[in-house]
Amino acid sequence: MTCLHLLLTLVFAVSLGTPVEIQRPRGVPLTKKQFYEESKPFTCLDGSRTIPFDRVNDDYCDCKDGSDEPGTAACPNGSFHCTNAGYRPMFIPSSRINDGICDCCDTTDEYNSGAKCENTCKELGRKEREVLQKMAEITKEGFLLKQQLIEEAKKGQQEKQSKVTDMQENKKQLDEKVEALRTVKETAEQPEKEAKERHLKAWEEQKAAIRLEKDKAKMAETFLELDDNEDGFVSVSELQSHAELDPDADGTLTEIEAQGLMGGAEQVDTSTFESVWPKIKDKYHSEVSREEADISLCLCVVQAQPTIKTPEKTHEDEEAMPPYDADTQALIDAAQKARDDFEEAEKALREMDDQIRNIEKELSFDFGPDAEFTYLYSQCYELTTSEYIYRLCPFNRVSQKPKYGGSETNLGTWGSWSGPENNKYLLMKYEQGTGCWQGPNRSTTVKLTCGKETVVTSTSEPSRCEYLMEFTTPAVCQEPANIDPSPHDHVEL
Amino acid sequence: MSAMFEGNALSAMQTSHCHTSLNNYRMGLLSVVCVSLFFSSTFAVDRGNFKTCDQSAFCKRQRALKPGQSPYRALLETLELSDSRLTLQLINDNNKVHLLLELYRLQGNMTRVKINELKPLKPRFEVPDVLIAEPPTEPLSVLSKDDNGVVLSLGAENQRLIVSARPFRLDIMEGPEVLLSLNSRGLLAFEHLRLHKDTQAQADGAEVKESVDGDQQQDEGKKDEDGESEKEEDGLWEETFKSHTDTKPNGPTSISLDFSLPGVEHVYGIPEHADDLKLKTTDGGDPYRLYNLDVFQYELYNPMALYGSIPVMLAHNTQRTMGIFWLNAAETWVDISSNTAGKTVFGKMLDFVQGSSEKPQTDVRWISESGIIDVFIMLGPKPSKVFSQYASLTGTQSFPPLASLGYHQCRWNYNDQEDVKSVDQGFDQHDIPYDFIWLDIEHADGKRYFTWDPHKFPQPKEMLQGLMDKRRKMVSIVDPHIRVDSGYKIHNEITSKDFYVKNKDGKNYEGWCWPGNSGYPDFTKPEMRAWWASMFAYDQYEGSMENLFTWNDMNEPSVFNGPEVTMHKDALHGKWEHRDIHNIYGLYVQMATAEGQIQRSGGVERPFVLTRAFFAGSQRYGAVWTGDNAAEWDHLKISIPMCLSLGLVGVSFCGADVGGFFKNPSTELLVRWYQTGAYQPFFRAHAHLDTTRREPWLFGPENTALIREVIRQRYALLPYWYQLFYQAHKTGMPVMRPLWVDYPKDTATFTIDDEFLIGSDLLVHPVTEEGSRGVTAYLPGAEEVWYDVHTFQKHNGAQNLYIPVTLSSIPVFQRGGSIIPRKDRVRRSSTCMENDPYTLYVALSPKKFAEGELYIDDGHSFNYDTKKEFIHRSLTFANNALTSSNLCPDCNFLTSSWIEKVLILGASKPSKVLLKMDGKETPVDFEFDTSMSVLTLRKPGMNAGADWTLLLQ
Repeated sequence: MTCLHLLLTLVFAVSLGTPVEIQRPRGVPLTKKQFYEESKPFTCLDGSRTIPFDRVNDDYCDCKDGSDEPGTAACPNGSFHCTNAGYRPMFIPSSRINDGICDCCDTTDEYNSGAKCENTCKELGRKEREVLQKMAEITKEGFLLKQQLIEEAKKGQQEKQSKVTDMQENKKQLDEKVEALRTVKETAEQPEKEAKERHLKAWEEQKAAIRLEKDKAKMAETFLELDDNEDGFVSVSELQSHAELDPDADGTLTEIEAQGLMGGAEQVDTSTFESVWPKIKDKYHSEVSREEADISLCLCVVQAQPTIKTPEKTHEDEEAMPPYDADTQALIDAAQKARDDFEEAEKALREMDDQIRNIEKELSFDFGPDAEFTYLYSQCYELTTSEYIYRLCPFNRVSQKPKYGGSETNLGTWGSWSGPENNKYLLMKYEQGTGCWQGPNRSTTVKLTCGKETVVTSTSEPSRCEYLMEFTTPAVCQEPANIDPSPHDHVEL
Repeated sequence: MSAMFEGNALSAMQTSHCHTSLNNYRMGLLSVVCVSLFFSSTFAVDRGNFKTCDQSAFCKRQRALKPGQSPYRALLETLELSDSRLTLQLINDNNKVHLLLELYRLQGNMTRVKINELKPLKPRFEVPDVLIAEPPTEPLSVLSKDDNGVVLSLGAENQRLIVSARPFRLDIMEGPEVLLSLNSRGLLAFEHLRLHKDTQAQADGAEVKESVDGDQQQDEGKKDEDGESEKEEDGLWEETFKSHTDTKPNGPTSISLDFSLPGVEHVYGIPEHADDLKLKTTDGGDPYRLYNLDVFQYELYNPMALYGSIPVMLAHNTQRTMGIFWLNAAETWVDISSNTAGKTVFGKMLDFVQGSSEKPQTDVRWISESGIIDVFIMLGPKPSKVFSQYASLTGTQSFPPLASLGYHQCRWNYNDQEDVKSVDQGFDQHDIPYDFIWLDIEHADGKRYFTWDPHKFPQPKEMLQGLMDKRRKMVSIVDPHIRVDSGYKIHNEITSKDFYVKNKDGKNYEGWCWPGNSGYPDFTKPEMRAWWASMFAYDQYEGSMENLFTWNDMNEPSVFNGPEVTMHKDALHGKWEHRDIHNIYGLYVQMATAEGQIQRSGGVERPFVLTRAFFAGSQRYGAVWTGDNAAEWDHLKISIPMCLSLGLVGVSFCGADVGGFFKNPSTELLVRWYQTGAYQPFFRAHAHLDTTRREPWLFGPENTALIREVIRQRYALLPYWYQLFYQAHKTGMPVMRPLWVDYPKDTATFTIDDEFLIGSDLLVHPVTEEGSRGVTAYLPGAEEVWYDVHTFQKHNGAQNLYIPVTLSSIPVFQRGGSIIPRKDRVRRSSTCMENDPYTLYVALSPKKFAEGELYIDDGHSFNYDTKKEFIHRSLTFANNALTSSNLCPDCNFLTSSWIEKVLILGASKPSKVLLKMDGKETPVDFEFDTSMSVLTLRKPGMNAGADWTLLLQ
């Protein structure tokens, strides 16, 4: 089946309602019309060969580059131009010519397939203009907003910058203050320390004297206790009644052992008992409180070694240290005040450091060429779907929370701008979210489009654990070109 | 959604299964059941989930039998011969149980042997619905008879059947040659139905107790050896595997028979196994197992059972091809042994030189758990004859709609309508053709098949209309497990009609699958199938349209918490146990679904249904794929023998998931897989839920271009594929074939399974090695030449040809002597190419001859069959003339397709070319490429349905 009747056709282009006839082979764009001259043989556009002109659009592919069949599907690599008057002209692969599917709104691609196509170019053009107009408006307004954002950001940035500068200035002063106070503190602490030590030493001495007194009293008491027959002597046998004094711990205090304790004497009087007392005082159980002692012994056995001393100490230290004398107290109070002043200053310094660091961190983010994304910092935006609430906190993290209860899942923390080379600020990448079971860590790509509002418009999970979020913001609105809202009325004619 | 996937038991179950489900709130429950089954984190099958022969009581019993001790004797005096049916009783001398042997000579050189109990306690299962009709018989006659046996004439070709009486044995002879012997090793064993010991005492039939009938004579000796008291052997009346107990109310019922194939060293078939084309001997290992199972992350190169079972084995040598079709739907094991196995080529040569060689022989033994012995012996002798013999029994490949031979884009899951739309647009943006986009289980509302998720797919018709506007189609999944949910219409109707499979106690059988607790419709019931089919009517399946087709998955059936991930064998299908019918369940699902698609169009449109489980006869209902493979090079390689094995036993419409289902393929593997898949019959990319997206354009422009190119090659060849499917449908010839089918005398071809033929005329050697720089393809045919389809370079046959390859190479050769019609104007879908012109690729043989065919019809309806609306032409090149003549003069179909170009490969330059048509002669322009000897005839222009001749002068 040949298609000679298709060889040369008249294309009617409609521009502003005025029909204009442009004669050229089907599928050829106006820009290439000069290569298709009916009176001359046709040379393939790649120059590979020359064929008679009646082989152009004869539904057989002669040129390797497909240029001899701009209006038929014969060449695998050909392309067909539709004028689409009223809308935008376009090229389609020639495999879409007469395939039963309407691709060109002017229906010119389906001239022999039986497909019922309607010319929708006007309608499309109108819609496109509307859309463009709307987009233009959005872009315009968005761009204005963006300017504001930039202004604000710049202002904010300057403010922050100067704040940082101020703070750093303040910080210097604070530093100095802290140092000064440190000196004051240290100066005040020295006499305080010495006074305290003095006081302590006095008290220690006092305590030692008391302890000696007590020991003596106890020794006397013990002597009387041991001296069962009240003869003024403690004898070996009297000592033997205290088995706990057994030096080899075999349970019995033998005579020899007792004698040993008594320094070889058969008996001791109160004065010679002074030399016996140190050997027995640790073990000695008062006969009066023997029961009590048994219990405490018991406890001692049960309790771990280091705690053994505690009861003894508490007993002895019950006597509290006497209050400082007025001079010492005055020194202490002065030192405490210096300390408080110093700590307060130091805290203020730390806080200021934090503030500076935060502002510096914020200032270090890449908020776009004009800092237009600054306003997103420390904000969060939510989108609720049928199952989840998605939350985007720009420059921080993306998360997902089941609508009806359940814990939040991290879909990624701020990674980087990752748009195409010519504008990396069109995509944000959030990475290293919660790991997927047997899978990768969750990550989210946020696609930014121009809009008046700052909103998350959709989320999806194109691949498992890889999320895609669409986000509108004025910050990506481009400066509107000098807009003519109907650029396609002047089609190439 | 993935938030649901935290590392809990649920996820373990999910990720560890083919269709792991993701968002079902009931899955928590499910996981409890499944986690123990599926918790295997490494990538490999958990073998422990599946039985070995040793763990399958009947297999173990049967396999313990030793050859050469058959207790069976033919009672010749009981022989009765009607015209075409011979009956004869056999007796087991150990237990005196009588069997009835029936022998039939079937038309077309086949013999049928049936053995059943003469008087079974109750009927034993005979598989219905597999044979397309009662096979027509031919007369048998007794040639001679004496006390030792009977000799019967099998009519054709001097064939005889010898029945030996003691022990019973059958030999099929042709002239002096034994073609095949039955029970020659004495492994016939028929466990007769019996009363259980408990009841046996009351029954007066004082049967001798035995395990396997044939084993009885050894019992005494064995007992002494084992020192065991007489006690009931394990697994006769109850058997437990893992936590599952099979109650076996009928006791032991297994059957077995051996076949000897003298002169045979190569046997093929018995799919589905992830193994080489040539079957291996099973000595020392497990037998090949046939038991439809949902095997998670299956392993390669072993005899484990997979999703489908076709109990057909082919035996081949240079002289003859034969087939054994064991018609039994119960769990089946096949043992293969060979007296030459393990011998080296040198050893064999030595035997030959020394004349000491025993004749090579392959012995085969079939064991099934229940039913009867019903064997069809297909005697060939040519491969094509065996295919037609098997086709005459079970039918041929259904003739698919042309579009289904195009490219299919699938993923678990395309998330929503928007996703579908953007993928569809992606194909157009990247100028890649496709015909079908698929929706996996997530499309349905809570895995309730026949419904749509209201959030993700709120407007299915709108979506389908969008695809229809692009002349494209969709497949949605409909699995046979039905969510138990009183708010679900399908469940309620099945319940009210009492169509569910029952458990052993007579209650509805329930198991766990994707939706959670599920019922399983009893597809063995014709009424159930009719009802199921009616559910595909447009007013029943809401949101469906004529461009929506169906995928039946999980139809083994898969039961997550069942024994071996399938149904309990003591579940009931009417009066039969699941044990009896297991392997045919999946066939019935696809049968009913295909029928539904036919009915919804008033019987006009051809169906398209893909199934995972299959049985003998499944070829009649649609396509099959090799299940849940993995993105690994070995899985790419195994797709070839797996589909070749299926093709040999009737299932031509076979493919593997392109790219691999589990795991993420490397870009190189993905490209190679597209190149391989484009040359396999069913061409579908598919991916697991957990994998990253892999639509063809996601791997950079170079790889997109490589994938586009090979998909375009597929589309250009669709006329050839379609014609081959027509041929397969008419004759049973496989579409994708091993080389030996066309070169049966060339022993070099017998084990080749890294390359294959499409029809007779295209030879494909896909690149399946990572980083390959070249492949060695065997080009068969001593007198033949092959043309590289990309360069037209000519190569001689009978050689191993080294072909250097790059990532863009897919070595394909056209046989000299063939004519292949192509449509070189590739468009965005096959339907868009309907009226496009043809280019004829005429590849001349060394004798300057070529022939081919051209088949054209509407591509989608049954009108080719019911109204003879098709064009079938013979194309012949001889004596410097290419002629198109009508193969179907009484057909009527008009096409607007024409012949735009003719390429004659291996031609010499003519001085003039004339087109003779309608009594007129017109000159035709031509070009001649001297370097490759390619003559191109420019735009001869005749209608593809016309008579014409092109003369080269």
